[in-house]
This record gives sequence, C-alpha cells and structure tokens, in this order.
Amino acid sequence: MSVGATPPPSSGAPGAGASGAGASGAVASTSQGKRSWTVRTREAGVGALPPEKLLPDGQPTYVDSWIYVFGVATLAALMVIVGSGLILSLKGPAWWHDTGVGHFFNSIHLWAVELFFFTMVVHLWGKYWMAAWRGGRARVWMTGAIAFLIAIPAALTGYVSQQNFDAQWISTQAKDAMNSIGAGAFFNVTNFGQMYSWHILLFPIAVVGVVAAHVLLVRRHGVVPPFELAERSKPPKQGHPETDGAPS
Amino acid sequence: MIDVISAIFDLNNPAHVVHWHFFEMSLSNVIVICLMLVVFVLAILLPFPGAARRQAARTLKGKSDSAARR
Repeated sequence: MSVGATPPPSSGAPGAGASGAGASGAVASTSQGKRSWTVRTREAGVGALPPEKLLPDGQPTYVDSWIYVFGVATLAALMVIVGSGLILSLKGPAWWHDTGVGHFFNSIHLWAVELFFFTMVVHLWGKYWMAAWRGGRARVWMTGAIAFLIAIPAALTGYVSQQNFDAQWISTQAKDAMNSIGAGAFFNVTNFGQMYSWHILLFPIAVVGVVAAHVLLVRRHGVVPPFELAERSKPPKQGHPETDGAPS
Repeated sequence: MIDVISAIFDLNNPAHVVHWHFFEMSLSNVIVICLMLVVFVLAILLPFPGAARRQAARTLKGKSDSAARR
C-alpha cells in the first residue's frame, strides 16, 4: 500500500530488532523522512478532530435550551428519510402505491421530509439570530446553508418521482421554471428515470456528505456561545475575534 | 378511522389559497410557516427539562472547588 510503511518484525529490516520490534520499528520508519499517506491522513484527522472533540462527554451550560434541539432533530429526520427511502427504492412504485405497508412507508418518507424541513428552518432561524458564524465558524454556517439549498432540489425530484397525477402536475409546472433558467435540457423534470436517479443517488450523496461535513465542523469549533459569554471571554484591547474570523 | 380523518381533511377539492395584494400562498403552507414561528418562540421561552437542576449542581461544584483551593 505504501512505500514507507513499517516493515513486519520478521523481515529483519533495519530498525526491526529481534525482540520487541513493533514500536521501535514504527518510530524508526516515521523518523526516516517520507511518511505514508495513511499516517499523514491519520495525523491530520486526529489533529483537526481529537477523539474528545469528536465524541464529547458533555456540552457547555448554554446548550441547555430547546433552541439547540432542532439541529439534532433535523439529523434524526434525515436518518428516517434515508432509511425509509432505501426501502421504497428497493420495493418500487407498484409496492408504495398498491400495498398497505407500501403506503405506510411512503407516508413515513413524506412526513420525515416535512419534519426535516420544519426543524431545519427553525434551526436556521435560531442560528441566524445567534450569528452562529462568529468565532471562526464561517464554514459551519456555509455548509449548513449549502445543505439547505441542496435539500430543496432533493425534495423536488422526490415529488416528481411519485408516479402519480400529483407528480405529473408538479413536473409540468416545474418544467417551465427549469426551461426559463436554461436547465430544462439536461435537468428534465418530466423524465422519471433521470429524476429518480437524481433523487435516490446524487442528491442523497450530496445532502448526507454536506451534512456530515457540517456536523464535523460543529464538533471541531464547538457550539456557538451566546453573545454575553463571548463578550465576557474576549481578551481586553485585542480586536474582535467574533467578527474577524479568528479560529476559536 | 380513515373516513373520520378524511371528513376533517377533505383533500378532494382545489387547495385553499391565501391571497392578499401581491402575497399568494396555499393555506397549508401558511399554517406550516405559522407553526414554525410558534415553535421557534416556544423554543426560546420554554425552560429545558433539568437545566435548572444541572445549573444548581454546577454552581455547588464551583463553590466547593473554590473552597477546596482556599
């Protein structure tokens, strides 16, 4: 896999002694200059997100509020969306239209989407009024905004993939909008196969990927503190770290 | 059960629309947006369960720590 990897203890390579070669051999090989990409990736990952930050055992006092619940509620809804969507995609349109269980999963999927957008919008309002981009959290804010923007066409492609009159109505209305912005040729909302591919593969990968980046960035920078706490912790006569983008 | 629910939420009609000057939106969307505003305000105003207890425990711990340092 990698040129500079630690040789096995039995290889008799320099640095791998006859007894207890593992640890000393690893130190020797990494100190010899060229390190493998796995080591560099691991060190970068652990440096950016040490385990106690990635999976903390507590949160600051100010997180004891209902307004901080909506982000994780959005995540929970996304998990239900992905789970129910997986089952719907495996079983197909005939199942979700013609069977009781299919109707049930169809409804679970729809209402999880409604809940997803509901909680995401309340989360967005809360973070907007907290100015959650303070303290070097600009990327946290931007990934959240991008997740919201990608979720909209993800939902649209779902509505036009229902395989019913509702989907036909929505797709013909959306066709005009897509044509008017010049996207109708390659993003054809009346083409079920194309929309279904976008809906069950490309948009889910994009949404889940951006949401994962968003959560990891939240873990890295921590939950944004209230204005009063940020002011109190600010060092005297040293500019404004909340507004100049300094890392937290 | 389904008959009762469908009697309350009769969907076999064109959607109701709220129309005021330039503003036009389906009633269901207006209801959802109003609900989001209500939930947002409640989330700010309502106390979080156990927050006061945890705050009291932290204050007590802070006091005992500072007493131990002295």
